[in-house]
Amino acid sequence: MSIAPADLPTGKDRGSIEGAAETTALTEVVGTKSARVKKRLTSRTATIAALIIAVLWTIPTFGLLISSFRPAELVRTTGWWTIFENWGFTLDNYRDVLLSTSQSSPQLGAYIVNSIAISLVGTLIPLVLATMAAYAFAWIKFKGAGVLFILVFALQIVPLQMALVPLLQIFSTWLRPMQAWLHDVVPIIPEQNYAPVWLAHAMFALPLAIFLLHNFIAEIPSEVIEAARVDGATHGQIFFRIVLPLATPAIASFAIFQFIWVWNDLLVALIFSGGTQDVAPLTQRLAEMVGSRGQEWERLTAGAFISIIIPLAVFFGLQRYFVRGLLAGSTKG
Amino acid sequence: MTTADLLGKLLQVVMGLAVLAAVVGLLIFFIDKAPKKGRDYWQLVGFLAPALIFLAIGLVYPAIRTSLLAFQTSGGEWTLDNFVWTFTQPTAIRTLINTVIWVLLVPTVSTAIGLAYAVFIDRSRGEKYYKVILFMPIAISFVGAGIIWRFVYEYRSGDREQIGLLNAIVTAFGGEPVQFMQTDPLNTFLLIIVMIWIQTGFAMVLLSAAIKGVPTEQIEAAQLDGTNGWQRFVNVTVPGIRGALVVVLTTISIATLKVFDIVRTMTAGNFNTSVIANEMYTQAFRASEVGRGSALALILFLLVLPIVVYNINVLRKQREIR
Repeated sequence: MSIAPADLPTGKDRGSIEGAAETTALTEVVGTKSARVKKRLTSRTATIAALIIAVLWTIPTFGLLISSFRPAELVRTTGWWTIFENWGFTLDNYRDVLLSTSQSSPQLGAYIVNSIAISLVGTLIPLVLATMAAYAFAWIKFKGAGVLFILVFALQIVPLQMALVPLLQIFSTWLRPMQAWLHDVVPIIPEQNYAPVWLAHAMFALPLAIFLLHNFIAEIPSEVIEAARVDGATHGQIFFRIVLPLATPAIASFAIFQFIWVWNDLLVALIFSGGTQDVAPLTQRLAEMVGSRGQEWERLTAGAFISIIIPLAVFFGLQRYFVRGLLAGSTKG
Repeated sequence: MTTADLLGKLLQVVMGLAVLAAVVGLLIFFIDKAPKKGRDYWQLVGFLAPALIFLAIGLVYPAIRTSLLAFQTSGGEWTLDNFVWTFTQPTAIRTLINTVIWVLLVPTVSTAIGLAYAVFIDRSRGEKYYKVILFMPIAISFVGAGIIWRFVYEYRSGDREQIGLLNAIVTAFGGEPVQFMQTDPLNTFLLIIVMIWIQTGFAMVLLSAAIKGVPTEQIEAAQLDGTNGWQRFVNVTVPGIRGALVVVLTTISIATLKVFDIVRTMTAGNFNTSVIANEMYTQAFRASEVGRGSALALILFLLVLPIVVYNINVLRKQREIR
C-alpha cells in the first residue's frame, strides 16, 4: 500500500538490522569522540528497561515452544513455568499432529504440502508478471506510460476486502467449470484445486510488486540498455540477458516478502480455498482448530510452532532481504 | 493424505508452473517475431498485458462492483440500508467503536515502546540481538500469534491449576481467575496487546535507523549546553526523526485498520470484540449479507484512504528537501 517505508532502507541499507549494526561498528572505529558521547547516553536504567521489554516480548513464544514438547497430560494440568517440578519432554505432540492418521488428529501433513504449494506458485506468478510489466514501464516508451503507472501504483490503496466478494463471484462463474473439466480429465486432481488461491494471491500482489521492481529496474544505467539495442538485441533478449540478472536483488527481496506473506495469510485462504484438506493451508487449519478444539493445547502449541518455523527460518537465514522486503511491503493487503 | 493426493498436488504445482512458463515463453517469442510494422506496439502489449489483465479482473472491477453492492439490497435495488444498519445497529456501532480503539492504541503504544527500546539499546553492546528479539514476532503469522497469546490468556475454572500465564499471575496475587476472552471490554484490549506485540518490532527497527541518522554534533552541542538526557531526547532526537515517526505511525495505523486474523483466531469477533475487517468477513461470507459486507469494505477503504494520501505527501516533501 503506501510504499513509504521502501524509501528508508535504501542507500546505506539503514533499515536492515545488520546494516545498522555495521554502521555502529563503523562509528566506533572512526570517531572515538562520538563513541564517548554515546556511551554516556546508555545508562544502567536504560539497559535494565530494555532487558525487561526484551524478556516480556519473548516469554509468550517461549511458553508455546516449551509446551509443545511437554506430555499432553502435563500441558493440560500444569503451567509450563512449572517445568522443573513437573519434568517431562516428548515428541508425541508433533508425531500426533503430523503423522497420526486417526480421525481426531489434525493431520497437518496435508496442510503443510498445501501451504508450500500455495506459497511457491503464489509467489512465482506475480513475480514473473510484475517483472515483465516493470520492464515495460521502465524501458519501453509509450504514450500514457506515466498515467498508467500511477494508476497501478494507486491500486495499492484498495484493501483486500474491497475485492473479495466480486472476485469470488468471477471465479465461481468462470474458473469453476474449468476446474471441473480438469478433474474429469485428470481424476487425481481434485475438483477444488489450487488455482483460485494462486490467482487471487497473484492479483493482490501485483501493484506492490510492479512498483518495487520498477523502481529498481528503472535504475539500470540507460547506457547498458542502449548498447544492447544498438547491437540489435530484441526486448525479449534484453529482458532475459540484462534486466533479469541485474534485478536479482530486488526480485529476491520481493520474492521472500511475498512468500512469507502468502504463507502467513488467512483471509485469502478462507475465502478462496474451500477449506478442505485438498487446498487449505496450515494457517486456515490452525484457525479452525482453535475454534473447534480450543482446549487441546498440546496439539495447538505443536501445530502453531510448525506453522511459524518456516517464516522464522527465513527470518534468521535471510534477514537482510527479509527486512528490506518487509519494510517495503509493510502495509500490503 | 494418500499418495494419490500428494501426486495430485505435485501435478498441480508442475502444471501451474508449466502454464506460467508456456504463456510467458510464447509471449516473448512472438513479441520478438512480431511484424516490423507496429512491432513496438506488440512488444508493449506482450510485456504489459498479462499484469494489466490480472489487475483489471482482480482489483479494478471488484473494487467498483463492491462500491456499487454497498448501495444495493440483495435483490439489486438501490438503497442506503446497508449504511443505516452500520451506523444504527448496536453490534455494528460496537464494531466501529472497537476499530477506533484499536487504531488509537496500537500505533501510539507500539511506536512509544519501539522508540523507547530503540533509544535504550542504541549503541549498546549486543544491540543486534536486542533488535532480533523484539523484531521476531513480525515473522510470525497473525494466526500463530493468536494461538501464542490465547495460551497466555487461557482460563481454568475453580480450583484447578491455571495453565495460562496471565491467570496464574492473577491467582498468585490472590485474585480470582478471569475468563479473559469473554470479559467485555477487557478482551478487546487484550487482543490489542497482541497487535502491539507484533508491530513494536517494526516501529523499533525503523526508528532505530532514524536515530542513527541524527548528527552526533547536535547531541554533543546540546550536551555542552548542559542539557540532561531527557531534554536532549525531546529537543534534539525527536525533531530529528520526525519523518520516520510519521511513517511508522501511519503505516501501523493502516495495518491496524485492516486487522482481521487476530480477531478471527482469538474470539471470531464474539463477546463484543469485532472490528470492521472481521465484521466484513462475517457479514459477507458467513451471514450472506453481501450488501452489509460491501458497505463495511467501503468504509474501511475510506478510512485507509486519507492516511495513505497523507503518508505519500509527507514522503514527497521529504524527497524535495533532500
